[in-house]
Amino acid sequence: MDLILVNLIDGLVTGLLLFMLSAGLTLIFSMMGVLNFAHASFYMLGAYFAYQVSVYLGFWMGLLIAPPAVGLVGAMIERYGLRRVHQYGHVPELIFTFGLALLIEEAVQFIWGKDQIAYNIPEVLQFTAFSIAGNSIPAYKVFMIFISVAIFLALLFVLTRTRVGMIIQAALSYPRTVEALGHNVPLIFMGVFGVGTGLAGVAGVIAGPVLSTFPGMAVVLGSIVFVTIVIGGLGSLWGALVASLLIGWITTFAKSYNLRMEDLLTGIGFSRPEPIWDSAWADLWTLTSPQIADILPYLLMILILAFRPYGLFGKRDV
Amino acid sequence: MRKSMKLGLGAVLALTVGAGAALADNIKIAYIDPLSGPFASTGSNGLTQYQFAAERLVNEAGGVLDGQMFEIVPFDNKVSPKESLIQLQVAIDQGIRYIAQGNSSGVAHALTEAIDKHNRRNPDSRVLFLNYSAVDPALTNDDCNFWHFRFDANADIKMDALTDVIAKNDAIKKVYVIGQDYSFGKAVAAATVRFLGEKRPDIEIVGNELHPIGKVKDFTPYARKIVAAESDAVITGNWGADMLNLGKSLVENDFAGPVYTYYAAGSGITAAIGESGKGTIRLVAQGQINPPPSEEAAEYYRAFEAKYPDGNVDQSRITNVIGMLAEAIKTAGSATDVVAVGKALEGMEYDDLWGGKVYMRPQDHQLIQDVHIHVHTDEGLTFDYDKSGFGVLVEDTIEMAGMDSPTTCKMKRP
Repeated sequence: MDLILVNLIDGLVTGLLLFMLSAGLTLIFSMMGVLNFAHASFYMLGAYFAYQVSVYLGFWMGLLIAPPAVGLVGAMIERYGLRRVHQYGHVPELIFTFGLALLIEEAVQFIWGKDQIAYNIPEVLQFTAFSIAGNSIPAYKVFMIFISVAIFLALLFVLTRTRVGMIIQAALSYPRTVEALGHNVPLIFMGVFGVGTGLAGVAGVIAGPVLSTFPGMAVVLGSIVFVTIVIGGLGSLWGALVASLLIGWITTFAKSYNLRMEDLLTGIGFSRPEPIWDSAWADLWTLTSPQIADILPYLLMILILAFRPYGLFGKRDV
Repeated sequence: MRKSMKLGLGAVLALTVGAGAALADNIKIAYIDPLSGPFASTGSNGLTQYQFAAERLVNEAGGVLDGQMFEIVPFDNKVSPKESLIQLQVAIDQGIRYIAQGNSSGVAHALTEAIDKHNRRNPDSRVLFLNYSAVDPALTNDDCNFWHFRFDANADIKMDALTDVIAKNDAIKKVYVIGQDYSFGKAVAAATVRFLGEKRPDIEIVGNELHPIGKVKDFTPYARKIVAAESDAVITGNWGADMLNLGKSLVENDFAGPVYTYYAAGSGITAAIGESGKGTIRLVAQGQINPPPSEEAAEYYRAFEAKYPDGNVDQSRITNVIGMLAEAIKTAGSATDVVAVGKALEGMEYDDLWGGKVYMRPQDHQLIQDVHIHVHTDEGLTFDYDKSGFGVLVEDTIEMAGMDSPTTCKMKRP
C-alpha cells in the first residue's frame, strides 16, 4: 500500500516532466500543423544552457535565464528558418525540424563534448523532503512537481482567461480572420513557438540534474514525446496532461511490480511448455514487466491509433 | 570544446595523411565503436586512448618492423550490430587487417561471426578481431574462434573475483542483481547466481532483473525496489548513461550499501556521481590507476593528461592491446600475415603497464590478468577522473584472476 503511494508520486514526477515537453510540442503542432522533430533538442539545450549558467551564477540563475534563452533561440529559428520554409508546405517543414535536431545535437557535442556533464541538484534541495515507509522522497522531486504544476496552471490561465490567449486560440483555428482583424499573426506564431520551446527548456533545466545531461538526452526522450501527444490527441493541452501522467504511471508501476507474462498466459488458460528453454515461445514466457516497461507507451499508442485515431482528447485525425 | 575540436582536427589530419601514398605502409587498426548517440562518450574516449597508446607505445619508439607506424581509423557504429557489419566491410575494403571493438557484446557477437566467415572465404584479406571490452563469456567459450582475442577479463572472471570479495564480507546477506537486457546483462546475472551459490550459499539474491538497454529514462522505480527489498549490496553490469542514472537513483533514494559495478568510472560518470557515491560505488576492473603501480605508468598517465586535459585513462587495457599487437607483429615479422600474428599473440606473456603480468590463454584467447576491486573516492588519489577530484582507488586485488577457469572453446586453427 505504502509502495503504491510512493510509485504514484514517482510516476507523477515522470508524467509532469513529460507534460512540460509535450505541452509545448502540442501547442506548436496545433498552431503550425507541423510536428517539431527538434522539440526534444530544445529540452537538451535547456539543460546545457542551465549548466553553463550554473557554473558561474548557480542553479537558480540557470533556472531563470536558460528557459528564456532557449525560447529566444526557438523564436529566432521560427522567424528566420521555419517561416521561410513554411510557404513550401508541411513536408519541407518536417525535414527542416528533423535537420535542426541533428544540427543541435552536433552543436552540443562540439561545444560541451560527448561526456556526461556534472550538472547537479543544488545543495539547498539535497535533502529528503519526507519518507513513506522507508522510501524517501527527495526534496528535488517535490520541487519538480511544484514547478510543473505552476507552469500548467499559468499556461491554462493565459490560454483561457486572457486576451492574448483568446487571440492565440483564434489564430490557431482561423488565422486569416484574425489577420483581417488587424492582429499580427506571424508574430503570434513566433511567440507560441518561442514559448513552446521555452517550456521544453524549463523541462531540460529541471530534468537535467536527475536524468543526467549528455548529448544523447534528446534522443532518449524524443520519441516518447511524440507518443504522448498522439495518445493525448494532437493539439490538446488536456490530452497532453492526461497522456503524460498515464505514461508516467504505467512505466513506473510496470517497473516496480514484477508482473510476469507467465502468470498472464497461464491465467488466460495456456499451459507452460516444458522444458521452457527449448520452446520457441521461451522469450515470451519469460518476459517480465520491468523488462518492457519503457516500451509499453508505444504499445498504448498503437492501440490508440487503431481504436481512437484522434487520441484521447483530440478533435482531428492524426 | 577543445577536445571535440581536436577530434575533428585529428580526423581531418588522419584523412589527409591517409591520402598521402607515401605513408601507405601504416599498420591501420579500425576502431569500430559508438561515436554518436547515447553511448558516444564511452566510444570517443576509447578512441583517444587508442590514439594515445599507439602514438606513445609504438610510433614514438620508431614503429614496428621497418618503421611502420600504427594508425587508428575510427568508424562510428552507433552501437548497432547492423551498422558495425557495414563498417567492418568498409574497413576490410580499405585494406585494414585489425579490428578493435569493445562497446556491447551484441556488436562483438555480430563482428566475430562476420569476421570468422570473411576469413574462411577470403584467405587473402583476413583480419584479426581485437576485442578490448566486450565481456560476454560466450565469446571465448561456445562462440570462440581463432580470430578473436579478448583483452578485458570476461564477465565470469570479473564476477569470480568480485564474489571472492563479497564472500569475505559477512555484512552482506542480501544481494540485488540488475542489468541491461542483452547477452552481457544476462551473462552477469547468471554468473552472479552461480558464483554466489558456490561461495556463499547463505546470501539471498533478492532481485534479479533486466531493463531495456539505453531506453530507461528514470531509474527511480528500480532504485525503490532495491531499497524496498532491503538488499545489502547491488551488482550491475550497466555501462554508459544506464550506469550513471542507476547509480544516481540509488544514491538519491538513500541506498547506502556497496554498489558493485563493472563500468562506473570515467566518461563523465565519475564527475556526475561525485560526492554522493563516495564509498558506495565499487568498480571491478583490470588496470590499477591509483595508487599508480609504477613510475612508468604514472608518467604515461601524466603524458596522457597533458595531451588530453579533458580525458581519462579509464580503459587502461588498451595499452595491452596496442603493446601486445606490436610485439606479435615483431615476432611474426609481418603485419599482413594475420595468421602468424594471431599465433604470436597466443600464449604471449606481457608486462602490463598497469602492474603485473598478463597472459593470452591459447585455448580460448582470453587474456588472464589481475582484477582489482576499486572504490569511488576522493581520498588517496594520484589521478582523478573527469577533473572532478574523484577517482577510483584499488581496494582489493585478485592476481591472475580466472587462470584455471574452464572454457568450452573448441577452436579451429588455420
